[in-house]
Amino acid sequence: MKWLLIAIIVASTSVGEVLQAIGMRRHGEIRDFRPGALGRAAGALARNSIVIASVVAMAVSFFAYLGLLSFTDLSFAVPVTAVTYVVETVLAKYVLKEHVNWLRWAGAAIVLTGVALVSL
Amino acid sequence: MTPETARLRSKTWICAAVVVLANVFGNFFLKRGMPAELPSPLAYITVLFRPWVALGVTLLVLWLLSRMTLLSWADLSYVLPVTSVGYVLVALVGRWLLDERITGQRWAGILLIVAGVALVGGGSAPRTWRGKPGAPS
Repeated sequence: MKWLLIAIIVASTSVGEVLQAIGMRRHGEIRDFRPGALGRAAGALARNSIVIASVVAMAVSFFAYLGLLSFTDLSFAVPVTAVTYVVETVLAKYVLKEHVNWLRWAGAAIVLTGVALVSL
Repeated sequence: MTPETARLRSKTWICAAVVVLANVFGNFFLKRGMPAELPSPLAYITVLFRPWVALGVTLLVLWLLSRMTLLSWADLSYVLPVTSVGYVLVALVGRWLLDERITGQRWAGILLIVAGVALVGGGSAPRTWRGKPGAPS
């Protein structure tokens, strides 16, 4: 049950975050932080189907996370879900076509090693 | 550093700080109010109305919104490592505020996470992408 929940969290978080990044790019950089402008940005995002899909994926991830958190330590549940890290860096490179230099790869690998130690 | 890059840098760091703190304390309050088990699907909904859980969810909504804002100009592969310092803060919160027992192995993992974050944060630009999709820099 524990590892099933973790698998659901990792898969839905990774998909959700990549969709979120695609959706926010389609929207463009948020430069104006006045309440009216933020409200208009929120309105535009609520009609952005990719952003909506990302929110659905995040909701699945959230409820699976609630289930996990009910019977594990916070200091286990949070680091273990960081497995999404590597999945997302790979997706950033190949789906989002971001430039991921070797320092970012090395950093992500070290962070992942740390996460493994934290969660094992 | 031009005024434009200085503006982008300070905006990025302020927004990243909000993202990290909302995440850490959102998770803390969620765990603070969480019962030991969620026996039925209905329990997943009713638990949201416990005060500490509701506060945690509110902070996690702030986390989601601030993170989306940050992602509107910053690379995902930049945002991920920078905000991963939250994993360290969450462990500290678990240790100090929730009395969780954290082994030496876990602390070693935390130090590795800090090292990885420092490595990735140094010198790389917050974005490689400019303007609308389809027009990469």
